[in-house]
Amino acid sequence: MPEYAVELRGVSKSFGPVVAVHDVTLAVREGEFFALLGPSGCGKTTTLRLIAGFEQPTSGEIYIAGQPQREIPPYRRPVNTVFQNYALFPHMTVYENVAFGLQMQRVPRAEIRRRVEEALEMVRLPGLEDRRPRELSGGQQQRVALARALVNRPRVLLLDEPLGALDQKLRKAMQLELKALQHRVGITFIYVTHDQEEALTMSDRIAVMNQGRVLQVGTPEEVYERPADRFVADFIGETNLLEGLVTEVQADRATVRVNGTLTLQVGATEGIATGQAVAVAIRPEKIALHSQPPGPYAIPGVVHEVVYSGADIRYLVRLTDQTLIQVRLQNMGNGSTPHFPREERVYLTWRPDAARLLTA
Amino acid sequence: MAFHLRRDTARLLALISPSLTWLVVFFLLPLLIVFAISFGQRGPYGGIRWDLTLANYARLLDPLYLRIFARTLAISLATTGISLLIGYPMAFFIATRPRRWRNGLLILLTIPFWTNFLVRTYAWLLILRDNGLINLFWTGAVHTTIQQLAAWFPLPWWDELLRATAEPLRLFGTDGAVILGLVYGWLPDMVLPCYAAVERLDPRLVEAAQDLYANRVRAFWRVVFPLTRSGIIVGSILVFVPCVGAYVTPDLLGGARTMMIGNVIYSQFMMVRDYPFGSALSFVLMALMLMGTMIYFRLGAEEERRLA
Ligand SMILES: Nc1ncnc2c1ncn2[C@@H]1O[C@H](COP(=O)(O)OP(=O)(O)OP(=O)(O)O)[C@@H](O)[C@H]1O
Ligand SMILES: [Mg+2]
Repeated sequence: MPEYAVELRGVSKSFGPVVAVHDVTLAVREGEFFALLGPSGCGKTTTLRLIAGFEQPTSGEIYIAGQPQREIPPYRRPVNTVFQNYALFPHMTVYENVAFGLQMQRVPRAEIRRRVEEALEMVRLPGLEDRRPRELSGGQQQRVALARALVNRPRVLLLDEPLGALDQKLRKAMQLELKALQHRVGITFIYVTHDQEEALTMSDRIAVMNQGRVLQVGTPEEVYERPADRFVADFIGETNLLEGLVTEVQADRATVRVNGTLTLQVGATEGIATGQAVAVAIRPEKIALHSQPPGPYAIPGVVHEVVYSGADIRYLVRLTDQTLIQVRLQNMGNGSTPHFPREERVYLTWRPDAARLLTA
Repeated sequence: MAFHLRRDTARLLALISPSLTWLVVFFLLPLLIVFAISFGQRGPYGGIRWDLTLANYARLLDPLYLRIFARTLAISLATTGISLLIGYPMAFFIATRPRRWRNGLLILLTIPFWTNFLVRTYAWLLILRDNGLINLFWTGAVHTTIQQLAAWFPLPWWDELLRATAEPLRLFGTDGAVILGLVYGWLPDMVLPCYAAVERLDPRLVEAAQDLYANRVRAFWRVVFPLTRSGIIVGSILVFVPCVGAYVTPDLLGGARTMMIGNVIYSQFMMVRDYPFGSALSFVLMALMLMGTMIYFRLGAEEERRLA
């Protein structure tokens, strides 16, 4: 039996009538960078607080390193938390903040000094030991919060949107740094974020949550390429969702009728039946645009809107049934990217396996 | 540059002059008068003889007055301590109720203030005195119950209880009664600043402490207490200062035996008519209080500055 760092089995948490976490089952592997991803209010923080022990599950059981945690108070769990707004102790210096956990564990004084210095070194923050949190920038506070947790060498580190308060540039830099740090210390990270890009770039695996439920758990590639349902497809990256009915199923291919007029050929998933209501999901960057129809399967449309956004050019294409489709072409430089002005007639194509049939 | 500076100073003076005037007229001037009188002597018919003597201050060293000073200090400290022990947890209780309840609870706390202080203290007199409410119960219901019990189960120790309940409890006229009255009177002054401090405390800091292996007790002493200390300091001053100067409560509840320095000053001015001695007492009391408060406040200010 594989040892999981953290395991949730059928965990639910209600606050009065509000079900914050609904029957969540998760297994986080030892040493993994595991992201909890979902929109605001979906229960990410609550899930983290359940693992840390600040909340008790209404039902279900949480295991840390194989041990059930029901009766165990937060101060006896082998996890540490980096709080959303850091929650640094304002009356203590940076040194005292970082040393706090070790003092509480009655680590000898000399060892505390050594480990605090080591931790501050690790988050690249030496020399600020005597400052107080309010004398630090947001990024520095973030590092102190990280050092304060890591210095204890927890089994699992829980991070609640640790980069949420930083500006875009610093956030990108910290993402890489955090990832490298996690690799170096080998501690299991459970990382809460509502930023899908952050989750995709940093995680080994992602659990996508919505309204208290876990909808899909998988590697970044899995959740991006093979989203389990409409919500995941829509939340991770950008997606065109076309609602329709299955009119025909062949061996590996299904025909879907969208809006009664448009007919699409899509690679079939298992268990698809004729007459079923489905959604066809297709990523904007997987669509090609042509000025002449390359074949009978190309879908005609008219350019509705063009947006230049630096790295790529976004088109909104209106199909014959008035559906709007997003298309993203990479900006390859002068002339090599075809350019289509507004109201120009275009033809859309994509590889059959690029579109996905979603039933849920 | 210098000109600007002077103009700024002038403007500043203009700005603070109303409060400055207020301070001078209503605080410094009377203080100076009291200070001046304290060097005089009581005239034969209660007037003031301007002798320029230190006799009044020398008289303060009389063990009689030193003892009253000491008692005043002890009673005030006890009152402050007890108010803190009740008020601090009370502040936590209120601050941890749902938000919509809190204002109501705070208003409840101040309801006694809507009645005159004298009337409220008098009510305590009615409760505590020898034929007051408590003793009515003690020598009445409690006494008869024990009589009954003694009749049903004859045991040796009933006798002692019977004798005890036959007599009213000595509540009125004790230091305890005075402290009770003072705590009752000044408790809200402890609760409110403590509440303000507790309210400001971010509960996530307590969770952070627990996350870092601090149990409840250690989380309290390392995080909650230092972060609410300013409230404790302000509350303590707000209770301690009026206690030191109290005279209504010790007068009504302390009877003839428990005198506080406030009563002595009162009697010097209103009964003995020894204004110079009363002034010396007042002045020394105020100087001591001011010094104590300043030292204590400094501790709090330092804390505030570190947190601000
Ligand atoms: N203590 C509480 N009492 C009542 N309801 C709560 C409590 N904590 C959370 N909730 C509710 O539970 C739901 C999930 O909250 P949670 O904080 O876990 O969301 P989240 O995914 O972390 O959102 P965000 O990204 O905005 O931080 C929300 O509807 C929230 O209102
Ligand atoms: Mg949250």
